[in-house]
Amino acid sequence: MSADQLTSLIFGRLTWEALPLHEPILVVTMIVVALGGVALLGALTYFKLWGYLWKEWFTTVDHKKIGIMYMILGIIMLLRGFADAIMMRIQQAIAFGGSEGYLNAHHYDQIFTAHGVIMIFFVAMPLVTGLMNYVVPLQIGARDVSFPFLNNFSFWMTTAGAVIIMASLFVGEFARTGWLAYPPLSGIGYSPGVGVDYYIWALQIAGVGTTLSGINLIATIVKMRAPGMSMMKMPVFTWTSLCTNVLIVASFPVLTAVLALLTLDRYVGTNFFTNDFGGNPMMYVNLIWIWGHPEVYILILPLFGVFSEIASTFSGKKLFGYTSMVYATVVITILSYLVWLHHFFTMGSGASVNSFFGITTMIISIPTGAKIFNWLFTMYRGRIRFELPMMWLVAFMLTFVIGGMTGVLLAVPPADFVLHNSLFLIAHFHNVIIGGVLFGLFAGINFWFPKAFGFKLDKKWGLVSFWCWIVGFWLAFAPLYVLGLMGVTRRMRVFDDPSLQIWFVIAAVGAAVIAVGILAFLIQIAVSILNRDKLRDVTGDPWGGRTLEWATSSPPPDYNFAFTPVIHDSDAWWDMKKRGFKRPVSGFRDIHMPKNTGAGIILSGISLVMGLALIWYIWWLAALSFVALLVVAIGHTFNYSRDYHIPADEVRETEEARTRALASAEA
Amino acid sequence: MSATTVKTDQADVFYLEEEPHHEEGSSTMLGFWLYLMSDCLIFAMLFAVFGVLGGNYAAGPGPRELFDLDLVAINTAMLLFSSITYGFAMLAMDRGAKRQTLVWLAITGLFGLAFLGIELYEFGHLIHEGATPQRSAFLSAFFTLVGTHGLHVTFGIIWLVTLMVQVGMKGLIPANKRRLMCLSMFWHFLDVIWIGVFTFVYLMGMLR
Amino acid sequence: MSAANANHAPESHDADHLGHEGHNHGSFRSYMIGFVLSVILTAIPFALVMTGVLPTNATAAIVMGAAVVQIVVHMIYFLHMNTKSEGGWTMMALIFTIVIVVICLAGSLWVMYHLNTNMMPGAHDMTGMG
Repeated sequence: MSADQLTSLIFGRLTWEALPLHEPILVVTMIVVALGGVALLGALTYFKLWGYLWKEWFTTVDHKKIGIMYMILGIIMLLRGFADAIMMRIQQAIAFGGSEGYLNAHHYDQIFTAHGVIMIFFVAMPLVTGLMNYVVPLQIGARDVSFPFLNNFSFWMTTAGAVIIMASLFVGEFARTGWLAYPPLSGIGYSPGVGVDYYIWALQIAGVGTTLSGINLIATIVKMRAPGMSMMKMPVFTWTSLCTNVLIVASFPVLTAVLALLTLDRYVGTNFFTNDFGGNPMMYVNLIWIWGHPEVYILILPLFGVFSEIASTFSGKKLFGYTSMVYATVVITILSYLVWLHHFFTMGSGASVNSFFGITTMIISIPTGAKIFNWLFTMYRGRIRFELPMMWLVAFMLTFVIGGMTGVLLAVPPADFVLHNSLFLIAHFHNVIIGGVLFGLFAGINFWFPKAFGFKLDKKWGLVSFWCWIVGFWLAFAPLYVLGLMGVTRRMRVFDDPSLQIWFVIAAVGAAVIAVGILAFLIQIAVSILNRDKLRDVTGDPWGGRTLEWATSSPPPDYNFAFTPVIHDSDAWWDMKKRGFKRPVSGFRDIHMPKNTGAGIILSGISLVMGLALIWYIWWLAALSFVALLVVAIGHTFNYSRDYHIPADEVRETEEARTRALASAEA
Repeated sequence: MSATTVKTDQADVFYLEEEPHHEEGSSTMLGFWLYLMSDCLIFAMLFAVFGVLGGNYAAGPGPRELFDLDLVAINTAMLLFSSITYGFAMLAMDRGAKRQTLVWLAITGLFGLAFLGIELYEFGHLIHEGATPQRSAFLSAFFTLVGTHGLHVTFGIIWLVTLMVQVGMKGLIPANKRRLMCLSMFWHFLDVIWIGVFTFVYLMGMLR
Repeated sequence: MSAANANHAPESHDADHLGHEGHNHGSFRSYMIGFVLSVILTAIPFALVMTGVLPTNATAAIVMGAAVVQIVVHMIYFLHMNTKSEGGWTMMALIFTIVIVVICLAGSLWVMYHLNTNMMPGAHDMTGMG
């Protein structure tokens, strides 16, 4: 065997050419990331934090810590996804009058693909999952989720997917197909490089984590509610989490299957989505959107729940129309499976099919409208406190509703024939995702941050972030509505018509304002940590909350509740406060808790290696890591001792500390 | 629908003094069932793909040229027998009869291996005849749907062997019984999928 | 399955005896009923297709019908499907999954049929549209 053959046997198609040393932007990024990474790792080593991180965070099965880790992952990836956005805005603002801009097509196409993939899968999903993970067990009076180890594993699989997609920036390249990677462009013929393979394995690995997390949270909500909490006494956020996780379990398998078929086409030469030998690329589009539409409801439903909690808490009133909220959520869950074709009206399925899906799409806006009215009626005649969460709620109602209306406009097939894949569409979905998901996340973060960390977020910097986001969003996306109506197509890199440029410039200014908003958000966190003593909350209930998570200390103890609560009404904590509940201060018992484990991060690490090996065609490593996965997974099942008890004395000490804190708050 | 009912009607009781003893593993059966539902969806998509692309022979061989219904009938029998023998294993488990449980599990595994063996033989034969997964969309869909089912059976057998070792080591403790019940659901579920496979792929294929 | 097997529970056992937490583990009788029904529901379709005694449409209908029935048989006798298990959530999850599967299967076939009719080469006869 020659040296070349040996090299390609060991390294697959990985060569030195994979490093993008000819792209100056990437070289700079690599250097910055390398320096930053070395600094971070160096600091961790210098301060001897590895042991702490491993024992307290990486191996934790505590839903609260896992929730926080999800949030950190999402926020970090937000920075990467937003960097992609800024780059696109700049390019589109300057590429007029013969100028090619500063990004060639090869690079630009990867940027818009990565922007979409990262924002959906590695920003929105982790942030939403993080909120649900943190809050739901507390809201239902449970100690943890049903499957704590799986929870840890799910988090690390999601992180492995994020690592894979970040690796594509520095080694090789990313897909240039758009975030859904339609064949035939994503097939092996038109995308023979590693880009689409990075895409596939990042999503498949993260997808395992998401699906398992869905199963976990459904089981938790069904099985682990405190006694007395019937389904119709659950907090609305728990209801929306239940429906979201049902959507996850009932839609992610479709994505898994479709990507697997694309993988077979690329790796084995099958003919599912090819142009010849009987393949049908349109089937990919059909299947991916059967997943894709429920996916956007997965993103928004939890935030609808967040807004319900915030509307009632900061109006000092019970949520208006609890029953109709629940029904609306369930109806949305089911209807989300009946609209998917509206994403490809223009593909030629004809009038009968298009009108069916157009009508269902219009119908699905109705339950959401009902929710908006319920929030408004909750606020009506309430004693409204304009804390940041409430401000985000108002901003959401104004912004999201407009985005929703443009959605109903697009639901009309003849209108969609003009607007499909135009900037109008881009404006619409950013309108609902930013106005709905992102504003909701900021609302939820400001709302629950004090619970998680024991101190509030700084309001001043929060306001800066808030106003920058509102102004920035409208500046960035209103022009896109105009451009879309004028006929401008999405994903364009260079433009001929100089009259369009002003709109793109305004949009770029908007992006810059949003950048300030993101910076302000990061500063808000930093300032809050620095000023944590001034912002401290020792009561555990800084907002006058209504649901059970506010009954615990901030942050809650590992075991959440020293005694399992008994529920009599919805808004359980409000009910307890009203009726003079006295916190028990004696009679504590040993508490049964699950042990930490390294199996999750190890299995995910092996999956990461396997993914990279498959991307680079390093077959021996792929096979080896697959075997390792099996061995470690099976080995883990031989570990039968997965729990321990917190002694009653320790519980008593923790609770006595809380008693003292509450007393000092009253003093 | 929560697991315990303790003094919830007493309006002044806001907490339980005794731990409500959430049985260890009380969520396991439901959780595993939910996983099976997600797996069902994956298979449903493969059936959908087979339904849409299954007629695209690309001027290549179709079901009538390729399928050997005798072999499929034997295969179906192997799987069905393995289902009933697993059922017997579960009955033995209920009685706490460890050795018999292991015996029935072993027999189940053998039937499963027979199923896989026959299927591999069938696949090998098809490929030898030039009816490879790459030949046409029909064959891609066929190999993927049937092959995915076979892969699931393979993992089921690996799981079964692992459980036999664990039952051998620790006996029929609650954790092992839960695992056996999960594998039971998995195993029967695979037989349900196979009903769909032999009906829509093999039998309907011959009728097209 | 010789009579020497000491496997079968005493005949006086109920057809379904409940284990802890309401998990139905079945009995020898119920497994045998399920097995025999499955054998019949498998043999008939195979026989009809292999011998071809009935016209194609009738055969297809019987084959598909037998599959549906056998799946139900498996659900009841092997998987011990009932409305009580897990407070009804098992059944709810199954029904929801079936609904989604039907929507996705029927929807995909409908959509793809229309797409193929309208968009595949040579298919521009107006009578095929819509």
